[in-house]
Amino acid sequence: MRYTYTEKKDTRSGFGAGLHEAAKKNKNIVALCADLTGSLKMGDFQKEFPERFFQAGIAEANMIGTAAGLTIGGKIPFAGTFAVFATGRVYDQIRQSVAYSNKNVKICASHAGITLGEDGATHQILEDIGLMKMLPNMTVICTCDYNQTKAATMAIAQYDGPVYLRFGRPSVPNFTDPNQKFEIGKAEQLYEGNDITILATGHLVWKAIEACEILAKKGINAELFNIHTIKPFDAQAVLKSVKKTKAMVTAEEHMLNGGLFDTAAQCVALNNPIPMEAVAVMDTFGESGKPEELMDKYGLTAENIVKAVEKAISRK
Amino acid sequence: MEIMEKIEKLEQTASQVRRDVLRMIHAKKSGHPGGSLGVTDLLVSLYFEIMEHSPKDFDINGKNQDLFFLSIGHVSAAWYSVLARSGYFPMKELSTFRAIDSRLQGHPATAENLEGIRIASGSLGQGLSVACGAALAKKLNNDDKTVYCLMGDGEIQEGQVWEAALFANARKIDNLIAFVDVNGQQIDGTTFDVMGMHAICDKWKAFGWEVMECNGNIIADVLDTINRAKTKLGNKKPIIIIMKTEMGNGVDFMMGSHKWHGVAPSDEQLQNALSQLEETLGDY
Repeated sequence: MRYTYTEKKDTRSGFGAGLHEAAKKNKNIVALCADLTGSLKMGDFQKEFPERFFQAGIAEANMIGTAAGLTIGGKIPFAGTFAVFATGRVYDQIRQSVAYSNKNVKICASHAGITLGEDGATHQILEDIGLMKMLPNMTVICTCDYNQTKAATMAIAQYDGPVYLRFGRPSVPNFTDPNQKFEIGKAEQLYEGNDITILATGHLVWKAIEACEILAKKGINAELFNIHTIKPFDAQAVLKSVKKTKAMVTAEEHMLNGGLFDTAAQCVALNNPIPMEAVAVMDTFGESGKPEELMDKYGLTAENIVKAVEKAISRK
Repeated sequence: MEIMEKIEKLEQTASQVRRDVLRMIHAKKSGHPGGSLGVTDLLVSLYFEIMEHSPKDFDINGKNQDLFFLSIGHVSAAWYSVLARSGYFPMKELSTFRAIDSRLQGHPATAENLEGIRIASGSLGQGLSVACGAALAKKLNNDDKTVYCLMGDGEIQEGQVWEAALFANARKIDNLIAFVDVNGQQIDGTTFDVMGMHAICDKWKAFGWEVMECNGNIIADVLDTINRAKTKLGNKKPIIIIMKTEMGNGVDFMMGSHKWHGVAPSDEQLQNALSQLEETLGDY
């Protein structure tokens, strides 16, 4: 394996650590949470900066509006809750008070996707990337492990504008560099190859790494990118890659509609149409179960990435 | 200035703002005259007497200035007139209201960088939350100025308003004075018929707010009530003024009905309305 890890960690803890670290450097950083401080790992921030933390209660619409108001006065609010409540529930508030008004609000969304697990479909949002990327002015980030989520949290603190930061609940391989420099909007190349371009985001990045190892044994050289920023999309890197590989597969813990696949498909359709296949959730809600069981049942696996690659190559 | 003289001057300004509102809405055959005319006296009182603000040196953060948030964005015509006549932007821009390429959008927006506007509004129920955030930012910045926010009595049917009401009380946001414009009307009829809106003061009291009342179309009452409200700032309680107004105030045929919520006057109706409002400061 080209990439290894010594521990599994949850991405939400990366957010908590990044927020705490960023707040030490910038006193304008404030945080709000809708009754989920433990789940969002915001405890260290809350403990060290109690005057900069605002408990918003189970009232997410007001939390988003209050966050927008805090920017008027130069604050940099990080508003945290589960992804399902951070997007669909408050879409109009985000649309008018944050995106249209172009406010420097960081919407920090944990427990995204089906890996939320046992709580089931009410809490497993698979549409959030689509909802957020459709909003003008909004930057959409979906990180792959603890280290990257921490780095991304610190990076968005320095970026002026609305950001949707998506992360998750389960412990997953922590394999990226702890001292990485997170560049918003840059596709991160993990493997170089000539046969297929694979784009993966979030928890599917590690699955895609596993897929690349399987593919290598089959003599297929994949070029893998970690698309941690869905919007703005790194079209330049992706188009350069598909010019060489002439086929693409995307992998994401999100609905096919509205996710990484259609961002990538739009990019190649407009510039260089090529065969594409997708590993994503296909127009269905999730259900209760253990995260890994759900990933298997809904087809979000390394094996399915391999199959998708073989199919895409056969269509060249 | 003697108080009577001051009030007379504000009333003259309000008459001119009402003319602006009618002419702006008539020009594009589009806008919301009823509510705009109803809140004119409050907006004039705030911008020309109560608020400490710097129209010539607009800064979106508004540090060390009083801030105003218009949650009922549909009464934008009145706000634009007051902002222009306060000196935020050139009066000639009022003629571009609701036109293509204008900074004066149908509902207030920040995208065109119009001086005086700090956030978009129009989709109802969001302004009080924003005002809470701005008030908290002032506290963190050791800025002792006040945040004002205007809502409507139809608007407070939105659940977010009551989330904000709980929040402001729980977080002891006491550098905020909110208003509810109680004109008793909304698009589909009276607020009572549509949604059983009654006991508005009791509702806010139950949410832990300091509640005051005034007649929003009597400038002397508006000034007196806000000045008394200001003495209650810093008492660990948010303050709200429940303000009775008349939709269409100042134009006889627009009063006492919800019909003029979102309808522009015809040429003839405009002339009739303008004949009831003295041109005190010169039309734009």
